[in-house]
Amino acid sequence: MPTASFTRPRTLDEALSHATPDSAFLAGGTTLVDLMKLDVLTPTRVVDINRLPLHGIKLDRDGLHIGALERMSDVAADRIVRRDYPMIAQALELSASAQLRNMASIGGNLLQRTRCGYFRDVTTACNKREPGSGCSALTGFNRTHAILGTSDACVATHPSDLAVPLVALGTTVHLATAQGTRTVPLDTFYALPGSTPHLENTLRPGELITGITVPRSMWAPNSVYLKIRDRQSYEFALASAAVAIEWRGHTIRQARIAAGGVGTRPWRLPAVENALAGRRATADVFEAAVRTAADGARTLPHNGFKPALLRRTLVRALTVLMESR
Amino acid sequence: MNPNDETGPGRPGVSRRSVLGGGAAVAIGVPLLAREAQAVPPARVADAAPVTVRATVNGRPVSVQVDPRATLLDTLRDELELTGTKKGCDRGQCGACTVHVDGRRVLSCLTLAATVDDREVTTIEGLARGDRLHPMQQAFIERDGLQCGFCTPGQIMSAVGMVQEGPARSDDEIRERMSGNICRCSCYPSIVEAIRDAQKVMR
Repeated sequence: MPTASFTRPRTLDEALSHATPDSAFLAGGTTLVDLMKLDVLTPTRVVDINRLPLHGIKLDRDGLHIGALERMSDVAADRIVRRDYPMIAQALELSASAQLRNMASIGGNLLQRTRCGYFRDVTTACNKREPGSGCSALTGFNRTHAILGTSDACVATHPSDLAVPLVALGTTVHLATAQGTRTVPLDTFYALPGSTPHLENTLRPGELITGITVPRSMWAPNSVYLKIRDRQSYEFALASAAVAIEWRGHTIRQARIAAGGVGTRPWRLPAVENALAGRRATADVFEAAVRTAADGARTLPHNGFKPALLRRTLVRALTVLMESR
Repeated sequence: MNPNDETGPGRPGVSRRSVLGGGAAVAIGVPLLAREAQAVPPARVADAAPVTVRATVNGRPVSVQVDPRATLLDTLRDELELTGTKKGCDRGQCGACTVHVDGRRVLSCLTLAATVDDREVTTIEGLARGDRLHPMQQAFIERDGLQCGFCTPGQIMSAVGMVQEGPARSDDEIRERMSGNICRCSCYPSIVEAIRDAQKVMR
């Protein structure tokens, strides 16, 4: 680990004034400390934001507001989240381990870095870690890598479970710098890798996530998060699906769907949503609707199974939701 | 215990800790990381301004100057000589370093010591009441929930945290909620039995 100075501000203004282009905000530390040990992240200053008042889980007319420093386990256990946004609670509970969920913050979860083994290994080429150095995953071990939104420069999978239901539900992210605040949709907050995979989002230097808002909807209370992985617990997704449906009897009035484990960012699936809207929920309708889910996918030597796995994951999530209503 | 005792005889530069760290990383399927396990920074490094941490550790007030990059794990073991907390992978992947901070189970290898200022830390050394073992410790002994014992402090701290979060309603639920603690001797059946026993007493 490189030399890093450490500050423990008590207010948001103080924290933002401590931020520099080479500093890092520290919340749960489950990504930052890990990657500092590996020399992947080398901030010159660590700003511990854990004393800032960025807390609270509140529901109002606009939706569900979650402070950036709320911990994954506390949000997962919240009664309102479980009742009105079940797939958010499920995505959180299916993430990491109990210890990590007790530590990791909501803001940090959205900014967690990819688990691509080459990104984490400073002895290998990685355009995300070191722009222009090349992508070791293209010709290396790429079984867990992305099939959607990839480029010749990067095929790293976005690792967050939480971000998948949040993107499906049209969540907005609240951001602050010393110059002011702004709110952006989470979906467009995440950038595609293109030729600049080191730029993962539209966060500006020194900008901090202060919270998120998940809109109220008729579909969020009827939702499920399904995660498929190599072992039953404590593992990242090979494919995952966040599905929310507004029902009218047995008919799907509207659906909101996003996928994880397959894209370079959380992957909203508007074509699948449209194919389900107004249709009666049957196995045939589900099969037909997910046919286009992996359109545009670019598979790698080891992850050719992912397009089919994505379609099956979506069908199973839809089926689970239909059977539980 | 002197931390220097962990340096193996006759093998300069190779400590028991680095060998174990590398071994654990391989065992849980992260071979890419194995070679970096030896690059663990000491709890004190001369070139960063030290940070003062005042915390309560196992019920006792503690004040310690730490390097801002030092983990809680290294600080507990090397500065406070509480070596019951074990360093397995040092990457947040095995659970051997589990302790409680403000009553919540967390990984001390991914917690910077500087962040526990004003907080309450409990390690495996703080679980017993005098000579009376905690019910979870007793249950691990009675059910033989260990073989080599290296993961055991982390298993027990995690299990106590799990029960305090709310008792498990089935063995499957115990397995799911304890999935952050890896046991390479694979004592899982006995560990599940021990937790099932202990949570009856803890209630």
